[in-house]
Amino acid sequence: MSIDSIPVRVAAIEAVAPMIREFRLEAIDGSLPAFSPGSHVQVAMPGEQREIRNAYSLCSDPRETGSYRIAVRLQEDSRGGSAFMHSQVSVGDRLQITPPANFFAPAWHARKHLLIAGGVGITPFMSYIPELERQGADFELHYLYRSSQTGAYRDELMHRLGQAFNGYDSDAGVRCDLSVLLSNREPGSHVYICGPESLIEGVRETARALGWPESLIHYEAFAAPEPGEPFKAKLVRSGRAVEVAADESLLEALEREGIEVPNLCRGGVCGQCVTSVVEGSVEHRDDFLSADEKASGTCIMPCVSRAAGNHLILDL
Amino acid sequence: MRMSPKPVQTFRDDFTYSNSPGAIARFPFPFPEDEYRYSVNIEPHVTPGPEGSVYEFLLDIDEHYLSEMAERDIVLKENPQRCLAMPHMDLACWDMIERCMQSLAADYPQHFSLTIDGDQWTWHNRLLNIHDSFTFGDSSTLPLPPMEYMGRQVQGDFALLDQRDGDLFLDAGIVTCPADWSLAFDAGMSFSEWHGPVPMAHEMGVFDRALKYLTAIPVGRPVRRLNWTLTVNARMDTSPETYPNWGTDRASVTADNVGEKVHLRVELQVLDRMPRSNALMFSIRTYLLSFDDLVTNPDWARRMHRVLKTLPPELVEYKGLGRYHDLAVEWLSRFDPAN
Repeated sequence: MSIDSIPVRVAAIEAVAPMIREFRLEAIDGSLPAFSPGSHVQVAMPGEQREIRNAYSLCSDPRETGSYRIAVRLQEDSRGGSAFMHSQVSVGDRLQITPPANFFAPAWHARKHLLIAGGVGITPFMSYIPELERQGADFELHYLYRSSQTGAYRDELMHRLGQAFNGYDSDAGVRCDLSVLLSNREPGSHVYICGPESLIEGVRETARALGWPESLIHYEAFAAPEPGEPFKAKLVRSGRAVEVAADESLLEALEREGIEVPNLCRGGVCGQCVTSVVEGSVEHRDDFLSADEKASGTCIMPCVSRAAGNHLILDL
Repeated sequence: MRMSPKPVQTFRDDFTYSNSPGAIARFPFPFPEDEYRYSVNIEPHVTPGPEGSVYEFLLDIDEHYLSEMAERDIVLKENPQRCLAMPHMDLACWDMIERCMQSLAADYPQHFSLTIDGDQWTWHNRLLNIHDSFTFGDSSTLPLPPMEYMGRQVQGDFALLDQRDGDLFLDAGIVTCPADWSLAFDAGMSFSEWHGPVPMAHEMGVFDRALKYLTAIPVGRPVRRLNWTLTVNARMDTSPETYPNWGTDRASVTADNVGEKVHLRVELQVLDRMPRSNALMFSIRTYLLSFDDLVTNPDWARRMHRVLKTLPPELVEYKGLGRYHDLAVEWLSRFDPAN
């Protein structure tokens, strides 16, 4: 982990849905830094073959800095991170986390906030809601889940939010009609989506069709890098070569070999890990580089992007 | 050298402002080369910096503290629009209060103290004889709106930039000593909009690169840069709102008074991510040094001459130096053996 890493102790673990566990993390020395709604931290997990680092949204009240909460869904096709958190972590264990960073902050000037959560995508909104309440902001939560797997915090939220809570349990056959949700909204409404790619795309397409400007639509995808074909990365400055496996990202492979690259989001958003490409073509998967930068082929975001062929030569 | 605040001097009318030898020695002379050129000259603002330097702490409190706070009071009384905060910036203003009070109390315990008991905060500013208790986050418990309350106790101008859509918006600030820009005019503008008047840099892509960098600044990793211009007389408030008061000063420079009239004006700009709101705090700490004081350092005198002599005409115009640029270059040439 970076020099900024914060050691924490797991103070409590709670099953908050059939597939979701909540972890309360306490500082070992002093207090934890204040954070803004929508922030995430990276958690470093000493996996069997390699260290795994995943980003998790903080799901506690930002005013509560005695501890942080994160909620982790066990992924069926886990790359190791969520399985580790579910099976290997016990109360009292120590973990390393990064300081909070935020790529999904509320639009503070919005007149109305429409929060749309899919499954474990409820987590960032758990930090939004207390702050929006403190500010007396107008908001609605629309929560899509499957009660056999997800739906964490729904009873608490239903009770707390009253009319502002709208739950859709697809296991009970309750569906959310996005075009109804997004129609006839008053000017100044902003919509936020956190959930699977399909939900994000569904909301964006529906909103676009209804004439919503892009600037009113905010979303955060689950950050795990998608797998791809294995390839080799050659590093000109150190003269080394790193094999990147199908199920790991280039960033993870570099870290496994002890090569530190600055990074914050591990999801192709923040731009910190941008790396110069000397040779080889890139399959760009990030949201950071401009179309021109991607076309030029001179840089790559190793947290999510990969070689388009069997090798890349990097200026590292 | 660490500086203790001295009695109030003026930045207008009789201009009694002066720098002590210690203040001259720590002046942030901004030119690393003989020729000035644009660059994204941003570096980490790692504190504590060198002891006694302007970089030692997040906020530099020096011998001019009381004078600058008195000047700020005059400006705000003349025109309350020099401080504003849009309603959605309230949380960011409290971020600023928290950051400033905690830094000041830790860095200058002889002048400031802060006691925190849950949400109940007690703040003591011994330099201005301010002693207040309030509820953190509740603006109704402060004697002034939060931006004005804090801004009246720190040297330099402050802006809070709201971050959204990958851009920054100038949605709150207290600006009483600007180098010819107006908070009321720029309020609500995006990063590229408020930099609209800057010549050449847009075409160079400077602002696109800078914006990507600034929007990614993490909490606890502030960055800084220096900016500069020249000002006639030791006038802090060179704003568009008061242009009639100072615009004509530029015609008062003669070959005989360059040394006392013309001042190098340096801004130490710091950008610091606010943890609770995700806003960026942009502080602009202004230092003024007369050419008479500047040339007491022979290296500075020589370099200042070379920088002004080679300054592109677009920048001479943009910085408003046209009326006296030649006089200043001529006056400085006597300190440059190459001439």
